[in-house]
Amino acid sequence: MKPGNLLIGAPMERVEDPRFLRGAARFVADVNLEGQAHAVIARSSIAHGHIRAIETGDALAIPGVRAVITAHDLGPEVPVIPLRLQPLAALEPFRQPMLAHGKVRFVGEPLAVIVADSPQIAEDALERIGVEIEPLPAIVDRARAEAGETVLFEDHGSNVAIRWTAMRGDAERAFANADYVRRETFRIQRHAALFMEPRGLVAQWDATARKLTLWGAAKVVFANRRILAASMGLTEQQIEMIEVDVGGGFGSRGEFYPEDFLIPFAARLLNRPVKWIEDRREHLMTANHARETECEVEIAATTDGRILGLRGRSWTDNGAYIRTNGSVAPRNVAQFMSGPYDIENIALSTIQLTTNKTPAGTYRGPGRFEGDFVRERLIDLMAKDLGVDRVEIRRRNLVRETQMPYPLATITPYESATELDGGDYRELLDRCLEDFGWAEKVKLDGQLVDGRYHGIAIGCFIEGGGAGPSENARMALETDGSISVYVGSASVGQGIETIMAQIAGDALGAPFDRIRVRHGSTGHVADGGGSYHSRSTVMGGSAIVLAAEKLKDKLRHVAAGALGCEAGEVSLDSDAARGPSDKSVALSELSKTPMTAEATFHCTKMTYAYGSLAAHVAVDAKTGQVEVIDVVSIKDVGRIINPATLHGQAVGAIVQGLGGALLEHLVYDDEGQLLTGTLADYMMPGADCFPNIRATVVELKPSPHNPLGAKGGGEGEIIPVGGVIANAVAAALADFGVEPLELPLSPPRIWALIGGS
Amino acid sequence: MKFPAFEYARPTSLDAALGLLKVHGADAVLLAGGQSLMPLLAFRLAAPGLLVDLKDVPGLGAIGIDAEGVRLGAFVRWCEIDRNARLAAAHPLLVEAIGHVAHYQIRNRGTVGGSLAYADPAAEMPGIAVTCDGEIIVMGGAGERRVAAADFFLGALTTCLEPGEIITGLRLPAWPKDRRWAFLEFARRRGDFALAGTALYYDLDSEGRAVDAHIGVIGAADRPMRLAEAERAINGSAVDADSIAAAAEAASLEVDPMEDFHAPVAYRRALVQTLVARALTRAAG
Amino acid sequence: MRIKFEVNGTKVELDVEPRVSLADCLRDTLRLTGTHLGCEHGVCGACTVIVDGAAVRACLMLAVQAHGEHIVTVEGLSNDDALSPLQASFRKHHALQCGFCTPGMITTAHALLTEEPDADAERVREVLSGNICRCTGYIPIIKAVLEARAHYAGEDAPP
Repeated sequence: MKPGNLLIGAPMERVEDPRFLRGAARFVADVNLEGQAHAVIARSSIAHGHIRAIETGDALAIPGVRAVITAHDLGPEVPVIPLRLQPLAALEPFRQPMLAHGKVRFVGEPLAVIVADSPQIAEDALERIGVEIEPLPAIVDRARAEAGETVLFEDHGSNVAIRWTAMRGDAERAFANADYVRRETFRIQRHAALFMEPRGLVAQWDATARKLTLWGAAKVVFANRRILAASMGLTEQQIEMIEVDVGGGFGSRGEFYPEDFLIPFAARLLNRPVKWIEDRREHLMTANHARETECEVEIAATTDGRILGLRGRSWTDNGAYIRTNGSVAPRNVAQFMSGPYDIENIALSTIQLTTNKTPAGTYRGPGRFEGDFVRERLIDLMAKDLGVDRVEIRRRNLVRETQMPYPLATITPYESATELDGGDYRELLDRCLEDFGWAEKVKLDGQLVDGRYHGIAIGCFIEGGGAGPSENARMALETDGSISVYVGSASVGQGIETIMAQIAGDALGAPFDRIRVRHGSTGHVADGGGSYHSRSTVMGGSAIVLAAEKLKDKLRHVAAGALGCEAGEVSLDSDAARGPSDKSVALSELSKTPMTAEATFHCTKMTYAYGSLAAHVAVDAKTGQVEVIDVVSIKDVGRIINPATLHGQAVGAIVQGLGGALLEHLVYDDEGQLLTGTLADYMMPGADCFPNIRATVVELKPSPHNPLGAKGGGEGEIIPVGGVIANAVAAALADFGVEPLELPLSPPRIWALIGGS
Repeated sequence: MKFPAFEYARPTSLDAALGLLKVHGADAVLLAGGQSLMPLLAFRLAAPGLLVDLKDVPGLGAIGIDAEGVRLGAFVRWCEIDRNARLAAAHPLLVEAIGHVAHYQIRNRGTVGGSLAYADPAAEMPGIAVTCDGEIIVMGGAGERRVAAADFFLGALTTCLEPGEIITGLRLPAWPKDRRWAFLEFARRRGDFALAGTALYYDLDSEGRAVDAHIGVIGAADRPMRLAEAERAINGSAVDADSIAAAAEAASLEVDPMEDFHAPVAYRRALVQTLVARALTRAAG
Repeated sequence: MRIKFEVNGTKVELDVEPRVSLADCLRDTLRLTGTHLGCEHGVCGACTVIVDGAAVRACLMLAVQAHGEHIVTVEGLSNDDALSPLQASFRKHHALQCGFCTPGMITTAHALLTEEPDADAERVREVLSGNICRCTGYIPIIKAVLEARAHYAGEDAPP
């Protein structure tokens, strides 16, 4: 097997596609076990209050209802959802119990599990659960949260969970001496990942073998098994987690939610398989929300537009509990607000607040979408104030290649340092300008054409990827000559069966159709890191490369014995091993029993893909409607495994970003009721919303941190969209002095900024 | 989100359907296309004991066009309005407005009668009925009655239908060939309920002045409504920039928008002003 | 209630509670799990099936309403050997990622192109605006449907 580079870089059609296209995929809702019962969750309809009573008798009286489980049934200690990321003691008071007891803290919080013979009967029973809650004032905004007259956690005594600080240089001095300073307050609205397949689980308890099997695992399957084992008093070996087809993740799916404990718990309690499929209403009010942040930030610069410093405070509305994702988004807002720019002096802090809303977690580009909105808006405001061209001011401030690796601000109290791993940021800015046709389009800026004002903007971004510390892969040369590849990465719909096969094929010099990739489930490898932080290709792909080297070593050693030569003298191709005298032995001869190799790739350094994104909008000043005429992006990921799947991720990320910039908003009323609890009210982009998106991905500067040279690339283009679209709207409406500081850019908001009243 | 339990009947005559309503009273709910009812059931916001499916009731699916105007049976689906080649000439405003209803799959099921009965304040069909002096034909135990659309809608999701009554159709008066008209609505995404919309028409007298102006709005009050002041601003005038501006301003003052999280009242008023001005401009063009 | 209908060319007869949606009946009773439930309130389009030639949301229809109808699901638009031209076009253009909305896209696009093989890009976008996809940004889906049009025009058109 010669090392090859035939598959990597080729736009291979996906091996996953035929089953999806035929309706033959197997999602968790398609899993059915003999004798299964169905669970639904009774949830709080009150945002904040003391639970006085939960009456279950009427529900239990319905024929076909098998159990109603409340917190009392979970034992003396109700388990809590632990912190997967940033396991800080300071965050522990805010962890969510698997079922509410004592208090409820958001609408949708689980109160009880109903198990019945059919989902219909279970929902009938739901209407018969009597819940008595003594309401408390709902904390639904920053002001009330900070005032602290009512607190969610009395033992803690404050709605402030934690404060993160990102520091670099000496911001105080830089601001004191700066020629130019501008300060603004920005707001990013609460929205969410909203993958299309609702969450779900099927759990089976084998009382004889004392073994639990769980279908519907996703994203971080091994981490979730550790959590589940601990909360159920089982060993990890007693639990098998099976990943079936997964309908989208985007950060939110696959984190450990209460149901991930409650459904297996119910299955063990009843000694009967239990199935739970989330409905869309409960998805909207219980799966992680994201993004809600307010930022008071100032920028300091020289009069010619050299940025000297960023300083300020942010507040993230984290909702009622801090779940597995800890503080990822709030910390990222602070540490990554400088983005791809060389900013010497930084003092940014983020306060993570608890409120009576659905808990927030990570969503594609967590904290980065928010921070980029703030920074890119400030840069355009500054360019306007200083009379410096917006493109030139960016070029002047981008981190230069010669500065790499470039350390970002140090964040406390956890995971303090990281550095940009390389890249030619200016090159991609220039290419984006050219792809977009900036020189021509800039003539339209602020112009009224056919009743609409046109505007353009460009922004630059970085995307963190490749989170460590490790990933595992195992490879087996089967007796029929096929190759099985097992990897700890998980599928959330991104096509890893295909790209992992491309990586494995080149690493082994084997043809694509002889490789079969298995992923996600706990049976495949000893441990797995999973898929988040754009890490699958970087970490899982690199582990495959290492496993392939080991497998080839093994083959050479075995072949050397058969050929009577040294292992170092053996060369491999896809069918045979050859010795120095051109003697050869077929691989099928060598693999009378499957030959396996397992490897772990370790790396704690992040990759940083980077790029630029430009947009052209037209605004109807009478209605406030923003039409997106054109979006162009370019990004460098170091090494492209499959240009077609990567392009798909880029376009999809842009459209999600446009949803966040223009449409999507989880709105609450003063009582903490979610008003946008249906897909009719929570507006996701449709097929006709954004017809012109052009995304390019290049491999310019490989990452030094992994054997593929790859940088994580699943999120990047969502990150700059809010800032760029807002800047384009400002450019379009320059005559009106419109400067949007708040997302989403909804028609009523734009209309109000223009001066409608 | 599974439906609550109910019984289901599919009568084969109007009398049989009326009989079921009489026996079951308010516990029975009529089912036509189901595109508004099913989501209500899914959210368990309705819990009928019996669904009476009108699918097999003969005579409800006809589209009639004659000198008197257009008659749409209650079971006429949106897609059938699209496909009917004669309707575009017989009532272009109707066809244009119905083109904005919901999405493809919904359009293949949703019905005229269902939309009228559901009475969403932003829905197109009730808006057209009110704007165009439509008459809603209702059958009850005591026989048929005809209700002017203007009197039919009492508020958001509320009509004057009595228990035991069935909408059998909608009549729209004849449409003169040279009539000026326009329909415009503003929705955040295609197929969404509009934040506001307007359907309007007028005729021209021999001097080129507007007569018999009908200016209706949807999404701008708790029910579809006609705007008498705006109509007054147009009637008897040439439809030019001045009269259009006057009518649009009158419209914005005359509507009574509901406040919700999608848009504040002031925005909806301004939107009505913009839409009426643009629609009149288009009609005059 | 006892009902009969035809699904993907096969006659079926079954007992069903009136409150069971057509989608649940197809998925749970007939185990045709290609019809997906993404919202159950008539917005996302993942459950689209074809009833007597018309694309409809199977979550907004009762199984009992399907009595006497001819129903086609995504499984009925597939065969074991090769992908259909529409499916192959989706694969070629990478018009799917997680694949959850895909059956609804296929059934909707098939119904559209069967009726309107000359649908232009704007019409395709308009029709597919009733089907939500969170992964692809729609651009490749529109391309895939437009390219498949040729197979619906003329004599090669599928039945």
